[in-house]
Amino acid sequence: MANSMNITLKVWRQAGPDVKGGFETYQVPDANAHMSFLELLDVLNEQLIKEGNDPVEFDHDCREGICGSCGVVIDGVAHGPQKRTACCQLHMRHYRDGDTIVIEPWRAEGFPIIKDLVVDRSAFDRIIASGGYISANTGAAQDANSLPIAKADADLAMDYATCIGCGACVAACPNASASLFTAAKIAQLSLLPQGDPERKTRVKSMVDQMAEEGFGDCSNHAECEAVCPKGISISSISRMRREYVKAMTD
Amino acid sequence: MSTVLDSKIPAGPLKDKWDNYKNTIKLVNPANKRKHTVLVVGTGLAGGSAAATLAELGYNVKSFCIQDSPRRAHSIAAQGGINAAKNYPNDGDTVWRLFYDTIKGGDYRSREANVHRLAQVSNNIIDQCVAQGVPFAREYGGLLDNRSFGGAQVSRTFYARGQTGQQLLLGAYQAMSRQIGAGNIEMLSRREMLDLVVVDGKARGIITRNLVTGEYERHFGDAVLLCTGGYGNVYYLSTNAKNSNVTAAWRCHKRGAYFANPCYTQIHPTCIPVSGDYQSKLTLMSESLRNDGRVWVPKKQGDDRHPQDIPEEDRDYYLERRYPSFGNLVPRDVASRNAKMATDEGRGVGETGLAVYLDFADSIKRLGRDVIEARYGNLFEMYERITGENPYEVPMRIFPAVHYTMGGLWVDYELQSNVPGLFVLGEANFSDHGANRLGASALMQGLADGYFVIPYTLGNYIAGNSFSAITGNEEAFNEAESAADARIQKLLSIQGTKTVTEFHRELGQIIWDQVGMSRTASGLRTAIDQVSALREEFWQNVRVPGEPTTYNKNLEFAGRVADFLELGELMARDALEREESCGGHFREEHQSAEGEAMRKDEDFTHVSAWQHTESGHVLHKENLDFENVQLTTRSYK
Ligand SMILES: Cc1cc2nc3c(=O)[nH]c(=O)nc-3n(C[C@H](O)[C@H](O)[C@H](O)COP(=O)(O)OP(=O)(O)OC[C@H]3O[C@@H](n4cnc5c(N)ncnc54)[C@H](O)[C@@H]3O)c2cc1C
Ligand code: SF4
Ligand code: FES
Repeated sequence: MANSMNITLKVWRQAGPDVKGGFETYQVPDANAHMSFLELLDVLNEQLIKEGNDPVEFDHDCREGICGSCGVVIDGVAHGPQKRTACCQLHMRHYRDGDTIVIEPWRAEGFPIIKDLVVDRSAFDRIIASGGYISANTGAAQDANSLPIAKADADLAMDYATCIGCGACVAACPNASASLFTAAKIAQLSLLPQGDPERKTRVKSMVDQMAEEGFGDCSNHAECEAVCPKGISISSISRMRREYVKAMTD
Repeated sequence: MSTVLDSKIPAGPLKDKWDNYKNTIKLVNPANKRKHTVLVVGTGLAGGSAAATLAELGYNVKSFCIQDSPRRAHSIAAQGGINAAKNYPNDGDTVWRLFYDTIKGGDYRSREANVHRLAQVSNNIIDQCVAQGVPFAREYGGLLDNRSFGGAQVSRTFYARGQTGQQLLLGAYQAMSRQIGAGNIEMLSRREMLDLVVVDGKARGIITRNLVTGEYERHFGDAVLLCTGGYGNVYYLSTNAKNSNVTAAWRCHKRGAYFANPCYTQIHPTCIPVSGDYQSKLTLMSESLRNDGRVWVPKKQGDDRHPQDIPEEDRDYYLERRYPSFGNLVPRDVASRNAKMATDEGRGVGETGLAVYLDFADSIKRLGRDVIEARYGNLFEMYERITGENPYEVPMRIFPAVHYTMGGLWVDYELQSNVPGLFVLGEANFSDHGANRLGASALMQGLADGYFVIPYTLGNYIAGNSFSAITGNEEAFNEAESAADARIQKLLSIQGTKTVTEFHRELGQIIWDQVGMSRTASGLRTAIDQVSALREEFWQNVRVPGEPTTYNKNLEFAGRVADFLELGELMARDALEREESCGGHFREEHQSAEGEAMRKDEDFTHVSAWQHTESGHVLHKENLDFENVQLTTRSYK
């Protein structure tokens, strides 16, 4: 069949958090150009199970690029070669018969490895819990149209709000910084009038929490923006910095 | 013995019922709320909104989800939008119309009082979400924008690009996060609920498994809120996220909770067709696309010309032809069934012949490419990413896929199951959509349940009951934990020759063929036999790799497939029992000469609620009384 391809995979295997890991090489002879990248891993896993071996663990759920569960480094690039695409949405038509593909987990101090390609990203939840919200108890809201918001602001807020929390930005950053993720939320909420009352405390707590989790500082490499599956712009990071300076100086 | 169920609908005229209810319920003293622990299983729109709101009110909340973060619940994937009766466009919408459309869309198989309450609180949801900073689409004047959706003739759908579910879920997640930060919610991610614990006749706890370490945990409190989503993955291929499952609901069912209308499943008309046997899930293209896309197939069978080479006169815009007043915007079940009819006639398109066209050429000509791009840009991008084809130039190929399950655990007006203290919210319950759900109403229901209904009904339950002190060491906990462990050990010990996925695929094929878009008595009987044989084989021949004490996705999935293998049989039984066609349930024996569904109101205006017993399933009924709307034959002609 014209679409079929033989792929070699070098996959990071690590039995648990505190044990040494290493690469294993596998052959998938019946890959197909229409498959998604995760379907290729499914096929590999079925093969491994049939042979009596343990399958490769990887996180996934929606397989539509929206839940942020999936995420592996493919040939050195977080989420792989296709721009603005989470690896669950990457398709094998981007590869050729006979290719070798290297697959690794996110590597960052803030994301300890759980098993194989699965990492612990709960630090992201703690960053949001430190201030990434608008305090609005259920039931107290006024009519939704009582507060018009300029379309341009609403659209830009939406651009930042589309972050899926996958962690690719951290994996790609030479400093393992979580700035793009954190800044995306700060930028979204700073553009909306509802976010105004808490803007100062929000930026301070979130930035502090990010440091506490062991993520590094941002030194403008912009690798994060390049791999972000949602195309979150690093303009968010300048916004975060401005918000931070304002919060510290007032 | 079969009984008639009481839905506890409050007295009074329809429009006053919810207020009457709120005026007469018992309230929990604010100072006492902290003493009551509530277990909320699931962090989708239903569970996330419930957990946040209950914590704000002062309850002590524990939340659970399978994913590594509550933000990843399946609700995140909803694209199209959320309904509300705001009537901002001034096109004649009212609470009554939203109520009426939902009842009619559900083919008169839902409860009037619940649906009316849903329509009433719909407006509060939009207010709440905007206050949280949900960036809904806006017009140039800065006010909120609306679009129209299948099954309605007004524009009442609020949306955030093609990512409405994501933005609503992040709103709920952030409200939850605020309470987590404040210490009012304890969040337990990467946990799977494996059983419900009933003590002295009340739901008091759950057994969970830590999916990283394999440890079992006992959690207890005064009520359990099940917000664990739908069971569409029984079909293997569906638009649901891979972790979506029936396990939590099924275990509650086996502990006594009735399962209602399991055969009501929704097949969504606009999904990307299957491309091969490695296919792991299906991707939905939001049905908002039907606002501007035209559905067609070639008039002639086997016409394999390129779509652009097929002239107008050789195309059949079958929805516009058969349903001139709704056209491409007929409800989902009607659109799906018509696609199946077209492909069954050999007029399907694409390599497999299992697809129809959704064509934007006319809209692009009329409105310009930039308008279409602004409306659907990210959906078009997604389509191209998956298929490698550019839908601005070539019509999309679409085909129906399983999308939503209207059935679920039976609940009364208070969202309480027949097991006291077990409440069921969101897609996991059966309550509001009857035999067919209208677009943009699941998000509405999940958030209505969590933000605006459960805070009242749970309070009424807690204030009206006394709770014995428990420690988690009661016999009921011991028994439930050993049962959960025995199952896991059993799954690992079989070491057969077929993988979990192979069993799941086979099950899915049976259910799709026999309990899918169209059903017959003989097909359903076949399905019952096939599923029960497959289940037997599963427990003798499944191969589950790995250890119970480390992260092990295959082991998780094995448990879920085992439960689907039981549910699948009940779905077929329920479908067999329901000798009529209604909504998503189409029995070939019950159709008009033109192939339209025919209900049998005199025999089937009821909810079928199944009880699990040692000797098999027993059917109970809840009669549906329509006091405010007249049952008519749905017509979208
Ligand atoms: C692709 C797609 C698009 C959709 N688009 C729309 C739309 O535009 N408008 C609309 O109204 N509806 C839409 N729907 C339907 C809607 O998204 C869902 O019905 C709704 O989000 C379900 O929400 P929920 O809170 O009930 O459950 P879910 O969001 O499914 O959440 C289930 C939660 O339960 C947890 N859970 C499950 N089992 C267990 C267990 N055993 N132990 C612990 N935790 C467990 C999960 O981890 C998760 O947190 C769409 C559905 C799909 C599939
Ligand atoms: S900013 Fe982009 S890369 Fe980082 S978590 Fe969000 S979506 Fe992922
Ligand atoms: S699996 Fe959800 S983003 Fe990839």
